[in-house]
Amino acid sequence: MATPVKVNRIGLEPQVYKGSKTTLCAGCGHNAISERIIDAFYEMGVDPRQVVKLSGIGCSSKSPAYFLGGSHGFNAVHGRMPSVGTGAMLANNKLIAIGVSGDGDTGAIGIGQFVHLMRRNLPIIYIIEDNGCYGLTKGQFSPTADLGSKLKTGIVNDLPPIDTCALAIELGATFVARSFSGDKKQLLSLLKAALAHRGTVMLDVISPCVTFNDHEGSTKSYAYVKDHDDPLEEVSFVPFFEDITVDYEPGSTQEVTMHDGSKLYLKKIEEDYDATDKINALRRLHETARRGEFATGIIYIEPDRDDFLTQLNIVDEPLATLPLERVRPGKEALDEIMEGLR
Amino acid sequence: MSPTDLAVQEKQASAHRQRVVNDFSIQVATVNGSGSQTANMVLLRSVLLMGVPVSGKNMFPSNIAGLPTWYTIRASKRHYIARKKEVDFLVAMNPETAKEDVLTLEPGSAVVYDEPLKLNALRTDLVFYPVPFDKLVAAVCPDAKLRRLVKNMIYPGVLAKILGLDPKLMEQALGKQLGKKAKAVVLNAAALKAGWDYAEATFTKQDPFFIEPMNETAGKILIEGNAAAAIGCMMAGVTVVAWYPITPSSSLCESLISYMKKYRIDKATGKATFAIVQAEDEIASLGMVIGASWAGARSMTATAGPGISLMGEFAGLAYYAETPAVIFDVQRVGPSTGLPTRTAQGDLIQAAFLSHGDTKHIMIIPSSVEECYTMAQEAFELAEQFQTPVFVMMDLDLGMNNWMSDAFTYPTTPINRGKLLTEAKLKELGSWGRYTDVDGDGIPYRTIPGDHMPPYFARGSGHNAKGQYSERPDDYVENMDRLNRKFETARTHVPKPVVQNNPKAKVGFIAFGTSHYATEESRDQLREETKVETSYFRLRAYPFTDDLVTFIDAHDRIYVIEQNRDAQMRQLMKLELSPERQTKLRSVLHYNGLPIDARSITDDVLAQEGYEVTKKTSRVPGAGMTGGE
Repeated sequence: MATPVKVNRIGLEPQVYKGSKTTLCAGCGHNAISERIIDAFYEMGVDPRQVVKLSGIGCSSKSPAYFLGGSHGFNAVHGRMPSVGTGAMLANNKLIAIGVSGDGDTGAIGIGQFVHLMRRNLPIIYIIEDNGCYGLTKGQFSPTADLGSKLKTGIVNDLPPIDTCALAIELGATFVARSFSGDKKQLLSLLKAALAHRGTVMLDVISPCVTFNDHEGSTKSYAYVKDHDDPLEEVSFVPFFEDITVDYEPGSTQEVTMHDGSKLYLKKIEEDYDATDKINALRRLHETARRGEFATGIIYIEPDRDDFLTQLNIVDEPLATLPLERVRPGKEALDEIMEGLR
Repeated sequence: MSPTDLAVQEKQASAHRQRVVNDFSIQVATVNGSGSQTANMVLLRSVLLMGVPVSGKNMFPSNIAGLPTWYTIRASKRHYIARKKEVDFLVAMNPETAKEDVLTLEPGSAVVYDEPLKLNALRTDLVFYPVPFDKLVAAVCPDAKLRRLVKNMIYPGVLAKILGLDPKLMEQALGKQLGKKAKAVVLNAAALKAGWDYAEATFTKQDPFFIEPMNETAGKILIEGNAAAAIGCMMAGVTVVAWYPITPSSSLCESLISYMKKYRIDKATGKATFAIVQAEDEIASLGMVIGASWAGARSMTATAGPGISLMGEFAGLAYYAETPAVIFDVQRVGPSTGLPTRTAQGDLIQAAFLSHGDTKHIMIIPSSVEECYTMAQEAFELAEQFQTPVFVMMDLDLGMNNWMSDAFTYPTTPINRGKLLTEAKLKELGSWGRYTDVDGDGIPYRTIPGDHMPPYFARGSGHNAKGQYSERPDDYVENMDRLNRKFETARTHVPKPVVQNNPKAKVGFIAFGTSHYATEESRDQLREETKVETSYFRLRAYPFTDDLVTFIDAHDRIYVIEQNRDAQMRQLMKLELSPERQTKLRSVLHYNGLPIDARSITDDVLAQEGYEVTKKTSRVPGAGMTGGE
């Protein structure tokens, strides 16, 4: 008798969630992120046919080809993925959007669209694969490079970095997290929680560039990030379809109920951290940055705010496939308009 | 002014003029933000209600309040609705421009003016009607704060009396314009009456201009091209709209918003069957349109030249990844910021080839408000059938001015979403590639996210027939050649030209968009004044249909009439024509920001045909202002 095939809650095998073979450098942090995405979508039992993968331009933006081969994808133009993703979600509110960007694609050429995406709280998982440099054009600094960080060529960055998490919180994103491509457990929990959230998830994942930014003197190298990772909490995620109760000591853990009924348990490492307090979150980001560390985990979460599509009061069915009789008003409408113009 | 002055002028002014009935233009010179637009619309609509064909054109500054603005109303029993260069009747309300406005008039013209301006001292060959507007408005409008706005409703009353407009119809026009604002209607009606009464008590008719009832406008509507296009988009079943405010296109999306809120809300749920988003810029607007179209929605944006420039990169993506997009370009004067509130047809080459690499786009070009309505619908059909951007090339004159039109007819055909892969089609084909040309027309089948058909990865990078990333030379060439084949297929599907072949004509005219009206009038002028016969080819789309070559071959000389400096449409034609045909092409170019007029075309053509033409005036009344920034 053959061994039973491993399937998820919608009966799909792990294989279905894979993409084509990566063309990124061996050891690239982005590949680890692709693997966690595959795991998260499999474990959450997401139907790949309902997923849209979006990206801009750069190494990071190539990666949607390397996961969820059964999903539609759109590799758009540099820095403008947010608008393409917005259009797709407007067309079909039943889709699940995952956008992958990079620190240049977001922080430089795409900062305008990033800002407005965060303001709208569009339902999308927006991942920045953040290595502080432009990999595909051979290692120039990007806007998330830290002050004093050094390029392989010895050039030192003398401009302050853009903290994409602080910016996202300031602008209205409702789920803001930071992680490290090397932290499998945390990243997987965050991605699963992201799938349970209805609104913009901004996930900045420090993802070292092994070829151009992994040397001593870089603040985005594997070694540096491992040493300076400052998790705010232990993140545990229990999806709505799993019947698990978590016991915790009162005051030790923050429990957050997600849009779909899933539960997020944030076991506090730093005692006073409250991930639903915006001002506190911004203060913590500034404090850790001053120490040269990365605060990781869920930095800010607001599970209840209306998303953009709800605000627009769109009908429940996808706009893309509404039948003619619902999108073309009757002759009496035209007659009425004409009468008003006589 | 004393009554004696009037008598003296009467002799001078009217001695050489016959009665001029339903064939003259009125220019109203005011300050923008003073409520004059409502007054002008009441005047315009009153002429329409008299049954007389009429057109109105607004020449306004890029400013909200306080700068000069001119509104021209042309009544024409012969249905000429192009701008007429000469002003016959001036209403001078703006002290800043009054002097120049009066000095540029033709002898025999008439002037209603604000009395304190003392314009009668400037010329002796005009008819002057001074009106003490401030005194009259004070009597009818007790609230001093409202007087500035109500004051402008006096001149339509004065004109009604002088020209012979029916005051009842004028009140009807006022009601139409102000709608349910009862208080405003009462106040403005009193101002209209005050103007009428003053004119009746004070003036004896001395100018030759009359409006007399006709029966030429029954059932006609008055509408701006932008609103007409908006209605067309709604009827086409548009579901996603992304836009960024820019003159002169903003009112297209704003009209659309108000129509959609009224007619596209689901009765059962109170929810919208559409999404309209004001984006952060034109780049994002087109990005959203592309994302929405890719995901299967009928999607559009509207913009003007500067927005088109910003959309370049995305336009190339839509061309290459093959997503539909409907882009309205309500053209204004460039380059750069240019004259934002003036009209031009200057974005043709830019739109035709928008983006880097070998890129080319379908353009369709409406001439009338009715075509704004029908072509809006055609644009969505073409965009989805050809899976490519379609540019609807309007202009400010068409988009922002009010035009008389027959009522629009309800669409009789269902919408065609183009080649969407279905279960059955997939079975028939056996296998599917996103960019595989299975029908030989260059148009592949597409799937959309969520349709549970085979997915693909859309991209702006090189790809093969299956949609996979590819840098292979043969894949690249095969795909580019297929895109070309698709463009060639479009040639036989875009709107055909409207051709009037005159067997006696050696001269052919090619015009498009709003140049149409002046072109038709110019053809009459040429026939009546110099017996020059012409044929006429009204172009409605790019790529050109085969009719173009046929038309050129049937004539010795072809004048391509366009509202830009560089003969952009003629240049596009030259790219496709043989050298012999190219040599037949000549240009008539109009690019001063004002709508093209018949006399300019006629004079230009006659000069090129070897006739002696005396240029009457280089100054254009109501041309605009300098300074003030």
